[in-house]
Amino acid sequence: MAKSTTMNGEQPTRRDFLYIATGAVGAVGAAAAAWPLISQMNPDASVQALASTEVDLTPVAEGQIITVKWRGKPVFIAHRTKKEIEEAKATQLRDLPDPQPDEARVKKGKEQWLVLVGVCTHLGCVPLGHQGDYKGFFCPCHGSHYDTSGRIRKGPAPSNLEVPPYEFATDTMVRIG
Amino acid sequence: MSGPSNFQPKSALLQWTERRLPILGLMHSSFVAYPTPRNLNYWWTFGGILSFCLGVQIITGIVLAMHYTPTVAGAFESVEHIMRDVNYGWLLRNMHASGASMFFIAVYIHMFRGLYYGSYKEPREILWILGVIIFLLMMATAFMGYVLPWGQMSFWGATVITNLFSAIPGIGPKVVEFLWGGYSVDQPTLQRFFSLHYLLPFMIAGVVVLHVWALHEVGQNNPAGIDVKSDKDTLPFTPYATAKDSFAMVCFMILFAWFVFYIPNYLGHADNYIPANPLQTPTHIVPEWYFLPFYAILRAIPSKLGGVIAMFASIAVLAFLPWLDRAKTRSAKYRPLFKQFFWIFVITCIGLGWLGAKPAEGGYVIASRILTAWYFIHFLVVLPLLSYYEKPSQVPASIAESVLGKQPLATAKAKGSR
Amino acid sequence: MMNKNTLLALGIVSALSFGASGAALAADAHAPQPPRLKWSFSGPFGHYDKQQLQRGFKVYREVCQACHSLKLVAFRTLGQSGALGFSEGQIKTIAGEYQINDGPNDRGEMFQRPGRPSDTFPLVFANEQAARATHNGALPVDLSVIAKARTYEVGFPGFLIDIVRQYQENGVDYLQALLTGYENPPAGETLTPNQFWNKFFPGHKISMRPPLEDKRVEYTDGSPQTVDQYARDVTAFLMWTAEPHLEARKRMGFQVMIFLIVFAGLGYFTKKKVWANAH
Repeated sequence: MAKSTTMNGEQPTRRDFLYIATGAVGAVGAAAAAWPLISQMNPDASVQALASTEVDLTPVAEGQIITVKWRGKPVFIAHRTKKEIEEAKATQLRDLPDPQPDEARVKKGKEQWLVLVGVCTHLGCVPLGHQGDYKGFFCPCHGSHYDTSGRIRKGPAPSNLEVPPYEFATDTMVRIG
Repeated sequence: MSGPSNFQPKSALLQWTERRLPILGLMHSSFVAYPTPRNLNYWWTFGGILSFCLGVQIITGIVLAMHYTPTVAGAFESVEHIMRDVNYGWLLRNMHASGASMFFIAVYIHMFRGLYYGSYKEPREILWILGVIIFLLMMATAFMGYVLPWGQMSFWGATVITNLFSAIPGIGPKVVEFLWGGYSVDQPTLQRFFSLHYLLPFMIAGVVVLHVWALHEVGQNNPAGIDVKSDKDTLPFTPYATAKDSFAMVCFMILFAWFVFYIPNYLGHADNYIPANPLQTPTHIVPEWYFLPFYAILRAIPSKLGGVIAMFASIAVLAFLPWLDRAKTRSAKYRPLFKQFFWIFVITCIGLGWLGAKPAEGGYVIASRILTAWYFIHFLVVLPLLSYYEKPSQVPASIAESVLGKQPLATAKAKGSR
Repeated sequence: MMNKNTLLALGIVSALSFGASGAALAADAHAPQPPRLKWSFSGPFGHYDKQQLQRGFKVYREVCQACHSLKLVAFRTLGQSGALGFSEGQIKTIAGEYQINDGPNDRGEMFQRPGRPSDTFPLVFANEQAARATHNGALPVDLSVIAKARTYEVGFPGFLIDIVRQYQENGVDYLQALLTGYENPPAGETLTPNQFWNKFFPGHKISMRPPLEDKRVEYTDGSPQTVDQYARDVTAFLMWTAEPHLEARKRMGFQVMIFLIVFAGLGYFTKKKVWANAH
């Protein structure tokens, strides 16, 4: 019996059903085990539940822009002047790289309040208020110009400044998020 | 890792790569063609299981470090944040915490296997010493890791263990302050432990590479304890060892999963869910189970310095084992007396572990002293004497014969033992 | 040989288990072992009883909360899967009943506002000193993980059997026993005015006055309004605060076990087939 034993381990073994099944089950297991390791990088439950921010608008004078923090990001709240609103409304949609009327970016009856996520849509810098060719916002990093409605007019940014979800809790209190 | 390989990949691209970096050949000769003795039993699968354990600890550890905060004010809460809010955080943390115990279960089996079958003997001395170094690094890593959740046991374990160094005559207190980075275990201590806890596993991985390299140079020992003499004695690593190791690994995972999913707190201390309080010591400080035998040795000696020396000596003595046990026969299978002393030694270690968990008083202290004495007698007296006086039984002529059951040859005895 | 292998295996298992016995809190040797109760969340298929958790939460709010905080528990988690089963609206209402310290506001002042679901339960006392000052020097501990921070010693061979039985209810059994373990001190034992005698407390002299009494908390679901039931309910609730993902853990554990057993079976036959060539 012992004499008949040969060393045939060097030859490739037959890939029969059993081997394939075992390999497949192992692969599925490895993939399933990898998921928690990947998923843990996603925003966790406490981050997802981050509270909304409430802002009292009483101290914000006409022509002033304030910056508040929401989800770790700056949010601009601009108290626009009549002139700025007029300019924003008068702009033709065909002049806009990312066409959107001003009405779609503010709450009806509250046109003086422009609420924007203060993050340039190009590469994430914080634009400066009341600056640039359109006197809206200007991003100093790579020269993107936004108008008084926060719409992109010139420069490398692909789209308008984002409007976060918000609502007026009272006439002078805005709740962002 | 044993000499140049004649492995030739089939594709032209891989051949091009292979001529410049023979990594496939290295892999092939180490994990495919590598000849393993055909008589290895399941105790030999723990090397692979240990690699798995190290991998699990490193991967879950890296991930946990993405959420953990090494500050006195934030450590405890960040661990709870992981347990509560992080996606699958509870799973990752349970795996890492129970994984440490699994690692030690596997390493103790691996070490006792080496002791039983004489795997430390010529020509495997360096292989064995590298193993002792890995064990030491594991102990340091586990100790520092246990400090990180900053519970009561974390804090007081860190205090007690770092205070061991105060036993060093003269400079002891200075050394302890150096380790603490202050006048007590505090923020600097926690932060450096975190840094070192992250570093050490990679050092373990490095020494493991050396360990495997040395193993592949001298070849595996085997239950018969005799050298490979012909191709008949071995089987290629793949598929034989691969299939066997994988099966054993999955069985080990079942044990692992049992702890992770069903009794994740069984292996920890309840006290570690109480945030660290530097003003109040828990009534009964106990280290993790895997340190208990050494803790018993520490407490058995009625002198501070003596206890510390005995504890470190109990590990250091392992490194000298190849020269304490000079018997030519490796495997306990063919050493009737050694075999009995081996089991007495196993019981001694378990007894020390039990005593380590008991309060240091009365009969427990006496028992600790007796077992501590025997621990050292085993290595320093019994093994050297056995080397000279024990008459080994007949060793099979070859590995193939020991497995395939050929009729024993009368001449085998003289040649086979060694 | 087989015999030896078994011995070695036994040895390792017992080495492991001795460690675990060390893990048990070695408390006063005279304190009796708490009785082991039946809990809905024990065992491989354990799950929380939502009604019980809600009752326990009520007991916590009406009794324990006067002194004990739950600072690691966020209101939002009351509604997550495997929790108390509150709706989003209910959670908002509950959170709103708590005052949370916030600030500074635009004028640089700290202020209080009603809680939101993302907040955690507020501290009852501003700091440890304040808590001790109102409790004759005793500190009412935070209860967030108390069910895991308490245990009792299990002797040989019980602690080995506990591995197989998956016994992890040391903490809750102790807490339930503690809450119901008040009695008159035995003759010869004297207590200071702020101490009470508890059969299960290590050292027996506890600074927490007996917190529960029959009919103290009103139950609307017909459960008995007794100290024993209150203690069970609030203890179950505290198990949830300590292990909010227990249900998910056990559910995944079962799936993993099934997978591993199938995989091990396949691995066994693969190994056999491979090794058949060697003999």
